[in-house]
Amino acid sequence: MATTALDQQRAHAAAGHEPTGLWSWITTVDHKRIGILYGATAFTFFLMGGIEALLLRIQLGTPNNTFLSPETYNELFTMHGTTMIFLAIMPLSAAFFNFIIPLQIGARDVAFPRLNAFSYWVFLLGGLFLNASWLFGAAPDTGWFGYANLTSKQYSPGLHVDFWMLGLQTLGVASLAAAVNFFTTVLNMRAPGMKLMRMPIFTWMSFITQVLLLLAFPVITVALILLMFDRFFGTNFYVPTAGGDPLLWQHLFWIFGHPEVYILILPAFGIVSEILPVFARKPLFGYAAMVFSGIFIAFLGFGVWAHHMFATGMGPIADTYFSLATMLIAIPTGVKIFNWLGTVWGGSIQYKTPVYFALGFVAMFIIGGLSGVMHGSPPADLQQTDTYFVVAHFHYVMFGGSIFGLTAGAYYWWPKMFGRVLDEGLGKLHFWLMLIGFNLTFFPMHILGLNGMPRRVYTYPEGLGFEELNLLETVAAFVLAASFAVFLYNIIKTWRGPRNAPADPWNAATLEWAIPSPPQEWNFAEIPVVHGRDPLWEAKRERGGPLPEPPRVSGAGIHMPNPSYWPLVTALGLSAMMSGLMLIHHLGPWGIIAGGAILLFGVFNWAFEPAG
Amino acid sequence: MTDTAHAGHLETATGLDNRKLAIWTFIGSECLFFATLISNYLVHKETWLTGPGPFPHDAWTSPAGKVFEPIIEIPLVTLGTALLLFSSLFVVLALANAQRGNRKGLLLWLGLTLLCGVFFVGMQVYEFTHFVHKGLTLKTNLFGGSFFVLTGFHGTHVTIGVIWLFTLWIEAFRGKIPPAKSLNLEIAALYWHFVDVVWVVIFPVVYLIK
Repeated sequence: MATTALDQQRAHAAAGHEPTGLWSWITTVDHKRIGILYGATAFTFFLMGGIEALLLRIQLGTPNNTFLSPETYNELFTMHGTTMIFLAIMPLSAAFFNFIIPLQIGARDVAFPRLNAFSYWVFLLGGLFLNASWLFGAAPDTGWFGYANLTSKQYSPGLHVDFWMLGLQTLGVASLAAAVNFFTTVLNMRAPGMKLMRMPIFTWMSFITQVLLLLAFPVITVALILLMFDRFFGTNFYVPTAGGDPLLWQHLFWIFGHPEVYILILPAFGIVSEILPVFARKPLFGYAAMVFSGIFIAFLGFGVWAHHMFATGMGPIADTYFSLATMLIAIPTGVKIFNWLGTVWGGSIQYKTPVYFALGFVAMFIIGGLSGVMHGSPPADLQQTDTYFVVAHFHYVMFGGSIFGLTAGAYYWWPKMFGRVLDEGLGKLHFWLMLIGFNLTFFPMHILGLNGMPRRVYTYPEGLGFEELNLLETVAAFVLAASFAVFLYNIIKTWRGPRNAPADPWNAATLEWAIPSPPQEWNFAEIPVVHGRDPLWEAKRERGGPLPEPPRVSGAGIHMPNPSYWPLVTALGLSAMMSGLMLIHHLGPWGIIAGGAILLFGVFNWAFEPAG
Repeated sequence: MTDTAHAGHLETATGLDNRKLAIWTFIGSECLFFATLISNYLVHKETWLTGPGPFPHDAWTSPAGKVFEPIIEIPLVTLGTALLLFSSLFVVLALANAQRGNRKGLLLWLGLTLLCGVFFVGMQVYEFTHFVHKGLTLKTNLFGGSFFVLTGFHGTHVTIGVIWLFTLWIEAFRGKIPPAKSLNLEIAALYWHFVDVVWVVIFPVVYLIK
C-alpha cells in the first residue's frame, strides 16, 4: 500500500503538481517542508520549555514555597535548559537553515535531500525520547550541563541520566548529519556567479554555524559515550574514587559547550544582519567585516571553554589565558554591533515588526554581552558563579539574543514561508509585551545574583531581601508568556485570512524574494545568475522600479528528488538502538541488535533506492 | 577525474562532487571524535586508585604480591597494522581499475582490501578475548576502560568500512560499478584511508610508546 501511494505521488510530481496529504509530509524530502516541520516541532518544544519555566517561576514567586518538591524543581530546570537549547533554539535555527539557505543561494534543494529528512526525523525522535522521561517519572535532574559525578551510577541510580545522555546522543546525530549536509549545500549548490563574498549574510553565519557543529559535536559525543560506559559497562572515567576525573567531563562538555553558544547565536546574528539593511533601505554596513568577525568569533569560541570553569581552581596561568581569550571575543562582537548601528544610521527606517525585534535583539544582546565580559574576569566570576547573575547573563544572550533574532526572522520570512503577512498591530503588541516581560523577568536577576541568591536551589528563606524582586520576576514571566500567546493568536488569525502575500513584501535584496510566496516545490523555474551582493536591489535599480510579480509556473520537466520513507525507517532504527541500550539490563544485547538491524535495513534500501 | 565520470550530475559551485565534499566534511568531523578518544586514553592510561595498576608494557605487582604480566603483544598488532596499511594501497589499485573499467582487477584488489580489513577485525577480536582471559576488562582499571573504548570504536569504524566495501564488491561482481560510477568506490575508499590514518596514530600511541 505504501509503495502504491508513493508511486502515485511520484506520478503526481512528474505531472508538475505539488503533493498533498499526510503521507506526502512523512516521505517529503523538500527542504521547505522539512524546514516547516522543524519550525513547528521546535516551536512546540519551545512552548513546553516555557511552561516548565513558568512552573519554576511560580515556585520562586514567594519564599519557602512548597508548590514544587526539590526533586521536581531539579527535573524542571534541567529539562527547561535542555529543551530550550537542543529542542527549541537549535532546531528553530535549523528551520531557517532549511527553508532559507537553498532559496538564498539560488538552489532547488539541499545537497542531500533524504539526509535532510533523516536529520529531522532523528531530531523529532530524540526530542520525544528525552521527553518520554516524564512518563516514567524519571526526567533528567542534573542540569543541562550534566556535571560528573552528579551523573554517576552511584549518585543517580535511576533512569534520569540515561534518558538525558541517550537523548542528547540521538540529537547529536541529527545535528551532525544536518551539518554535513548544509556545509556541502552552501559550498556546492550556489547559483552561478554567487561567489563566497557575495553570499547573503544569513547564509554566511549559518555556514559558520555548520563548521562549529561539525567540530564541537564529536567532542560531546565522546563525552557522552564515556558517561554511557561508566553507567552501563562499569568503567570509571568520571569516578574519582577509582582514579577517574570528574573535571574531564567539564573540559569535554565545555569544549563542546562554548562553541555551542555560538551555534545558538550566530544564526540570529545572520537574521538580524539580513533584516536591518532591508528595513533601513541601505546595504549592510561593512559586509566583509561582518563575515570575518563571524569567522573570528567562531575560531575564538574553541579557545575559551575553561572560562566556564574558573571556580574549579585551574591556577593563575590557565585563568589568565582563558580570561584574555574570552575578552578578545568582545572585539569581533563589538565590530558586529557597530556595523548594525552603521547599517541603520542615516537609513530611512521602515518601522515594521521584524525591525522592532531586530533592534530589540541588538539592545538586549549588548546587555548580555557586557555581563559576559564581566564573567570573563576570574575574580568577578568567582563572585558570580552559581548565582542568579549568571542566569540573567545567559538569558540576555539566549532569549534577548537568539529568541529575539529568531522571532524577527519568523516575522520577516513568514510571508515567504506561508504566503501570508503576519498582522502588524499584533506583531508590535507581541514585541512590546515580550520586551517588557523579558526585561522585568531577567534584569532583576542581576541584582538578586549580586546579592547572593544561588541558582538551582528550589526555594529561599524570608528576610534576605529576595521577596519583592522574585515576585516581580514571576509576574513578568507571565507577561512574557502572554506575548507568545499574542504571537499564536496572530498566526491563527493570519491563517484564516487569504494567502495573498506578494513575492517581495519588504522590498528586499536577496534571491528568496524573487520567487512566488510560498515558493513552488522547485523554487526557481530557472536557476538565477548572480552579479552582486544584493541581486534583487540591483535588478530593481536596473529596471528603475519594482519587479513584476513572478508567475506560478508548471514544474513539468523540472527534475526533483523522489520522496522517500527510508530516512524515517533509518531514524526509527537509530532510536530503537538507543532504546535498546537503555534496556540493556532487561533485554541483553537483543534490543540493540534489533534496532541495528532496522538501521541497516533502512540504510541499504536508502542507498539502493533511485534518488531521482 | 574526467568530465565523463560526472555525466548526469549537476555541476557544483566548487567543481567537487557533492558526495565527495560531504565525505571530506564528515572525515573532518571524525578527526575531533578520535582526537577526543585518544586524549581520553592519554589522560587515563596511567591513572588508577582501585584495582590493579596499568600493565600494558611492564608487569605490575599488587601489594598482595599478585603479578599482572605485560599484556600488549606488539608483533601480532604490527602484522595487523601492516595489512591495514597495505589495504589502503589495494583500495587505490581497485579504484584505478574501476576507473579504467577493468572489472577483474577491481574485484581482485577490492577483494584483497576486504581480506586485510577482515584480518584486522579478526585480530582485534582475538586480542580483546585474549586480554579478557588475562584479566583486563573494561572494569579492571582506567587503562583497560580507555584502551577498549578507543580501539573498540576504531574497530567499529573498520567493521563499517568492511561492510561498505563488501557491498561495493558485490555490486562490482554484478557489473554495476562501471567507470562512470567509480565515485561510489572513491568515497568508500576515502573513508577507508581515514580509518587507516587514525590507526597510524593509535598504533604508536597505544602500542609503541611506553
